[in-house]
Amino acid sequence: MTATQDQPNTSSSTASTGDSALAVKDLWKIFGDRADKIIGTPDADLTRKELQTKTGCVAAVKDVSFDVAPGEVFVVMGLSGSGKSTLVRLLTRLIEPTHGSVQMGGEDITSADDAKLRELRRKHVAMVFQHFGLLPHRKVIDNVGFGLEVRGENRQARRNRAQEMVDLVGLSGYENSYPDQLSGGMQQRVGLARALAADPQVLMFDEPFSALDPLIRRDMQNEVIRLHEEVGKTMVFITHDLAEALKLGDRILIMRDGEIVQVGTPDQVVGAPADDYVRDFVSDVPKSHVLTLRWVMRQPQPGEGEGGPALQADRIVRDAAREVLAAHGPVRVFEGDELVGVVDDEDILRVVVAEEASQS
Amino acid sequence: MTTLQTKRPAPAVTKEEQPYVEQGRNRHTGWWLLGIAVVWLGGWALLRGIDTLVLPFQDQTTLSTWLNGLRDDIQLAASQGNWFFDGVIGGISDALDGLVTFLQQLISTPAPPRPVPEIGWLGVVALFGWFGLAVAGARMALLVIGTVLAFGFVGYWSDGMDTLIITTVAVVICCIIGLPLGIAMARRKSVSAAVTPVLDLMQTMPAFAYLAPLALFFGIGAASAVVCTLIYAIPPLVRITEHGIRSVPATTVEAAGSLGVTKRQLLRQVQIPMARRTIVVGVNQCTMAALSMATIAAYVNGPGLGKPVIAALQNLDVGAAAVAGLAIVLAAIMLDRTTTAASERSQRDSARVASVGRPGVVMMQVLLEKLPRWASEETKGRRPIPTPAFRRAALGLLLIPVAICVYYSRTFLSLAQFPESVNVGPDIAKWINDFTDSFVNAVDTFTNAFKNFISYAFLNPLQSLMAESPWWLMALVLLAIAFVLGGWRPTVTTAVCEAVILGTGLWNDAMVTLTMTIVATVLVMILAMLLGVWMGRSRRADTVIRPFLDTFQVIPPFVYLVPALALFSSSRFTAIIAATAYAVPIATKLVADGIRGVSPSTVEAARSAGITKRQMITKVQLPMSREALVLATNQGLLYVLSMVVIGGMVGGGSLGYLVISGFSQTQLFGKGLAAGIAITALGVMLDRIARYAAARYGRA
Repeated sequence: MTATQDQPNTSSSTASTGDSALAVKDLWKIFGDRADKIIGTPDADLTRKELQTKTGCVAAVKDVSFDVAPGEVFVVMGLSGSGKSTLVRLLTRLIEPTHGSVQMGGEDITSADDAKLRELRRKHVAMVFQHFGLLPHRKVIDNVGFGLEVRGENRQARRNRAQEMVDLVGLSGYENSYPDQLSGGMQQRVGLARALAADPQVLMFDEPFSALDPLIRRDMQNEVIRLHEEVGKTMVFITHDLAEALKLGDRILIMRDGEIVQVGTPDQVVGAPADDYVRDFVSDVPKSHVLTLRWVMRQPQPGEGEGGPALQADRIVRDAAREVLAAHGPVRVFEGDELVGVVDDEDILRVVVAEEASQS
Repeated sequence: MTTLQTKRPAPAVTKEEQPYVEQGRNRHTGWWLLGIAVVWLGGWALLRGIDTLVLPFQDQTTLSTWLNGLRDDIQLAASQGNWFFDGVIGGISDALDGLVTFLQQLISTPAPPRPVPEIGWLGVVALFGWFGLAVAGARMALLVIGTVLAFGFVGYWSDGMDTLIITTVAVVICCIIGLPLGIAMARRKSVSAAVTPVLDLMQTMPAFAYLAPLALFFGIGAASAVVCTLIYAIPPLVRITEHGIRSVPATTVEAAGSLGVTKRQLLRQVQIPMARRTIVVGVNQCTMAALSMATIAAYVNGPGLGKPVIAALQNLDVGAAAVAGLAIVLAAIMLDRTTTAASERSQRDSARVASVGRPGVVMMQVLLEKLPRWASEETKGRRPIPTPAFRRAALGLLLIPVAICVYYSRTFLSLAQFPESVNVGPDIAKWINDFTDSFVNAVDTFTNAFKNFISYAFLNPLQSLMAESPWWLMALVLLAIAFVLGGWRPTVTTAVCEAVILGTGLWNDAMVTLTMTIVATVLVMILAMLLGVWMGRSRRADTVIRPFLDTFQVIPPFVYLVPALALFSSSRFTAIIAATAYAVPIATKLVADGIRGVSPSTVEAARSAGITKRQMITKVQLPMSREALVLATNQGLLYVLSMVVIGGMVGGGSLGYLVISGFSQTQLFGKGLAAGIAITALGVMLDRIARYAAARYGRA
């Protein structure tokens, strides 16, 4: 959640090299008969609609590759039908990929056999679902402990662990309720606790808050931010809500028709949209809330940059605005110790006022 | 996890991307049907009485003679120790007979050397009550006790016990076979694809049709009764089990999958618990079907309450039939309520208090406050409820008085044999006969007028049209109707079914039966639409009428014959009335649900356009519930058909009468069997036409 402040701009479109928590390479999913015959032929380059008309197959995910660093919150964003929910299911093979590979913590998931895959799901990765997927015939505590139960832990151990998780997600006192006695937000907390109970390295969220009303949704987003700070898991988060993506994501992958449109940090997505589709998408976003000074600074004129206040390049415009406006003359912008540019009142106002104009 | 994969549909495509709309085709169905009717009427007028294939009652056909021969061969083979008939079938038959006899000697018939059963009536009442308490709660336990006592009071103690024995044995076997089968079908498409058509056939075939062949294989008596009850009762259980497992939300199955469950864990910890309530509903349906068939099985000498009903019907003794019928109705209500209560309890513990009833709750509360911690669970802001441990302990303690009752019922004759002195059955029968006589005399004019109106206005002309047309004209007309309504697939089925009916040599009888079926179905739909529209539009009407329909639905078809017989004496029309009464509840419910299911926003929009009540019904609610209407007609048809056959008992004539005669007259065995085949063919034909018509016209 702190990436916008401290992640270097240059390395943000790919995760830090080396041991990534999750590495996805050339991943495809085509629904339909003889789908595996399509990849590698010219048909694979057709648009989704053309492919469907020609072969009757639907390409849900087309040639997707990305890496997720340990501890990163990686958001996959797209509208309904963009393939994002399919993508997240491919990662743990809840849906079998047609082609490509997924590696998680050095394990190759795509080639794992049933037992290996089950082991992986039981210990290394957990998922939170849009419609919760709770078991209505079990109490909250037994829902939370279900994953531990299926992997054969004894009753006492899983009760203790489940109780910890219930407390962690703020449901203390509701252990013995049944899911249908809880509100939607509380049910999703149970889903979250269930996912956390197995102490997985990677957490997957499939539009977890879409079914909740806006206030509860905001609470739950903050809850995820808090949990991320507390437990520091790698997270893959699926959403169709841009604000949610910008709020939670260290990096955001934008999908359309099964393909990657752009991968980048929130400020990259807003500041430098890859195409008109993304530009259109982000047009309503308050830019001053997302962009950093890096995106608004300019090269120092001769005579500027000699003295006065100094700010770091990854400060968000909105946060830095008051200081810049209060200063007399341009403010110097540093990347570490190196002077990279200056901003003055004009540069700040351009972003803020443009927003006002676009909103009115 | 390949099963998960196949279940996920391709990603949803928005409407903008796929603007595929089926072109509305104007099929001119009405004109086509009118054309068929004109040709038919013309043909009838010109060719009336030619090629009608009338077969006198005692005449044999090639098929019936051959079937008679086949029966003789089979009986010979069985008596000579043929491995199949004597070994396999005989083995099953002996096992079932032995099991039923064992249970009978336990609770219903004398167990030599004792002059009475092993457990007398007091012990049985105590045991049944305890069992009711264990599975369905205190109120149901009282209902159970009341019902079995009522068997005794009307003088049908051992018949009532026998009916319960046959029903229970059949249901237990159904569960042993049906539950695993249903689960397998839900988990494997191939199993489902293989079994579903068999279930279809089993459900379309009127129960009567397979009584005779079963009696041939299993002999008359308990074994045949159990087997035919089994065949009749297992399809709903299998279907509902499959449905229950299938309708566990995909997202839950997926969530469990993401936690790494094995297939066995998925089944045992997710799918079965979540489907439990549906499965218990399946057991309920299975039980009700088993009870209704267990009574009909009296035709193959199956023990139970069906026997006195048949005997009374044959003597046209309405009173006696009514008393035995009443016992059946009580049994039906008891079994239905108990299994329903069991299903509600199986849902969750919190419902437990409710089943105790009001005064029970208060007592329970007082009791629980004085109990140690293990006995009551404090739940937030709710009354304390007994824990499973407390329930088990209480049930265990109650076994002591039950055991005492059983002991006394073995020791004292008066507690073993239900006292004859309290038998009020004959008195009730006499009273009913007197009442019926005076009542029927009073309404005689009205009922006769009604009977004559329907007979002369609909029944006779239609029967003349169908049965007096040349067979080939009639066959063509049916084919044409099938084609116009359903397309070429049901037409092929119709052709095959017509060939089968012709093959049985009972074409004319089949047409008479078909006429009765159609007239009854029309009556059913008129009543169902009137009642159903009323119920669908008025919450209050629904609340009042629905419980009656629910109760009527659990009454075995057999019992409907009794009031019909009382009102209209023995005639073809009586069978039609009984069939109508039998089919109206289900059809009414379907129509009412359809009307209620019309989107409220559409109704509101129509009202805001200033629509009248009549327009609302005819232009909005009925057209929009077309699917339900078609389904109601289909179900109504099948119910009517099965009942029209049973109506052979009360003067229904034609195929039904032939089937029944086949049971009693040796030389008519083959013909009765042939009639059963013809009825099955009729049923399949009507079902297919209705189903394909439903698929075509059902989508509003």
